[in-house]
Amino acid sequence: MSWTRKILRVDLSKGSCTSEALNMDWANQYLGQRGLASKYLTEEVDPKCDALGPDNKMIMATGPLTGTMASTGGRYSVICKSPLTGAIACSNSGGFFGAEMKFAGYDMIIFEGKSDKPVYLLIQDDKAELRSAEHLWGKSAWEADDIVRATHQDPQLRVACIGRTAEQGCLYAAVMNDKHRAAGRSGVGTVMASKNLKAVAVRGTGGIGNVNDAEAFIAATNDGKAALAENAVTGQGLPAFGTQVLMNVINGVGALPARNMRDVGFEGAENISAEAMAEPRKSDGKANLTTNGACFGCTIACGRISTVDPTHFSVKDKPQYQGASGGLEYEAAWALGADTGVDDLDALTYVNFLCNEDGMDPITYGATVAAAMEMFEDGTITTKETGGIELKFGSAEAFVAITEQFVTGEGFAKDLGLGSKRLCEKYKRPELSMTVKGQEFPAYDPRGIQGIGLAYATSNRGACHLRGYTIASEVLGIPVKTEMNDTDGKAELVKAFQDATALVDSAGLCVFTTFAWGMDNIAPQIDAACEGDWSVENCLETGERIWNMERLFNEAAGFTADDDKLPKRLLKEVIKAGPTEGQVNRLGEMLPKYYEARGWTADGKIPDETRQRLSL
Amino acid sequence: MNINIEFYASLMKYLPPGKSRFRREVKVDDGITLSRLIEQYNIAEDQAHLVLVNGLFVNCGADRDNRALVEGDVVSIWPPVAGG
Repeated sequence: MSWTRKILRVDLSKGSCTSEALNMDWANQYLGQRGLASKYLTEEVDPKCDALGPDNKMIMATGPLTGTMASTGGRYSVICKSPLTGAIACSNSGGFFGAEMKFAGYDMIIFEGKSDKPVYLLIQDDKAELRSAEHLWGKSAWEADDIVRATHQDPQLRVACIGRTAEQGCLYAAVMNDKHRAAGRSGVGTVMASKNLKAVAVRGTGGIGNVNDAEAFIAATNDGKAALAENAVTGQGLPAFGTQVLMNVINGVGALPARNMRDVGFEGAENISAEAMAEPRKSDGKANLTTNGACFGCTIACGRISTVDPTHFSVKDKPQYQGASGGLEYEAAWALGADTGVDDLDALTYVNFLCNEDGMDPITYGATVAAAMEMFEDGTITTKETGGIELKFGSAEAFVAITEQFVTGEGFAKDLGLGSKRLCEKYKRPELSMTVKGQEFPAYDPRGIQGIGLAYATSNRGACHLRGYTIASEVLGIPVKTEMNDTDGKAELVKAFQDATALVDSAGLCVFTTFAWGMDNIAPQIDAACEGDWSVENCLETGERIWNMERLFNEAAGFTADDDKLPKRLLKEVIKAGPTEGQVNRLGEMLPKYYEARGWTADGKIPDETRQRLSL
Repeated sequence: MNINIEFYASLMKYLPPGKSRFRREVKVDDGITLSRLIEQYNIAEDQAHLVLVNGLFVNCGADRDNRALVEGDVVSIWPPVAGG
């Protein structure tokens, strides 16, 4: 069955930790992790609640394959109502924390209420207790992680915690685990801070001993690993170059947004690409990329471990940042780099380190700085607001300086911590916020690639590439190539990606497996691990059920079809040059077809018959 | 005629010597087809996964066989890659 069938419920107001049985009826309908925790959230939390109030809950959830021998089976997610968007939030992370949580015997941990003082949760197998975190408050995520592990003298203790940005109220703070893995998007770390919860430290020795059909599971997971190894993308491309290999691809096809999406195409792209990361530098002959890295149980190993040039201005007087740490992934490199116009690889790597150290989403952070830069260049914001920093596009010095201010809460930090939507509204330039439902775009311009625009507009957690990664098909030809500028068939494509991803995110697996795996690789692994019917058909229906459930939460929170939209810039301002010159996103052609494909009404509502079909 | 070639990621090793990170201006036979160009640089068909001419995709098979290049074209080639 792979589920531990046990939940830990932590009432932070009362200071209590109690375990309870997992609702197996829900597990059979929603699988685990994203789906199952979202079910608990929709049942237990008022969608209209204050996301930063005690009535919101935060759930850390594993999937049934988390901690197993399935490749990439180390994922966990953090689910709550988002303070950034007001919509449902679900942020997924790798590393080792999720597997350790499972080994301690828990499918999920539900945090409710609010502690009156800072605390951390310590779990050692079936013993769970809240401890004072007053000595940890005000520390970065890295410092807190070190202190907790030193306190308990257990090198295998796994820690998920927040940094200073969350404590300071930044609305897009992440929950960091294993120092440089992040449940990064939608401000789940801010919710954790609102509960005065600094860290969760877990040590489990139980392992996974309850796989439903062990023999079939070994066969299915071995088949899966062979498929990943034989596939050129997961077996060669991702381990060698990481996700950053996309920088030149997306720039080359005319879909790399730059300078707050004012431009498409970035002249500095090659300087911050995967290929540049692998080049020896002049100062010490070493490359930015030190090695690749893998999360628990992963046989792909796409992670980047990097060093900054020790003579670079950002770190030359800071030996603590001269060692190897979590390096640039594509989305972060784009938001911190192309979107701000900065092509200094070392500066971006250093800023990325700071994002990890103090736990903020680098996509939203980079995009928010980019919006501020556009307002600085047109005079809306001046050095008066920025504390003397000339916040111009392309200035690595300004970007490093404002980030160092940001993590300590000084200067312009409070404004930047709002995210671009609130920042641009505050300065009366709402049109400059490149967001959907209040969350910033990732690294693909929807004017150049039509389907991803529809995926952004309809994503349940605001603009996001990981809710329906149509780039796989529209650019990379996986599983089949579709034309970037076509709108025909994109409604069905987006729906298919969204539903399949919801299932993968609920299983404990990494979505990158889907570059090699179809549902016919994934379903047999789940089916062997779990009791019940996990055929391909049931897996896809489960994904669709999860998607609709999330939509219902948002509907109850007050979202309507009017929120399934893109900023005017992407619908009206044509791409000025390059292979996609003259294009805008044609969302209006796709959205009605999408609603129809989903079985929704013309105004985006989920009718009774669709609810009944999906048992919602 | 002269065209520009750009080879990325693991295909960079097929670039002739030169200063630019990815790009070389090379002399080729007039009207050379895309398939023939790829073959000339010893890039295996399954490694020429994403192929652009002036930023626009050209699918493998007949499209590449029939695509005659012209002076000044920029041909960009990637092996199978992904990210996100």
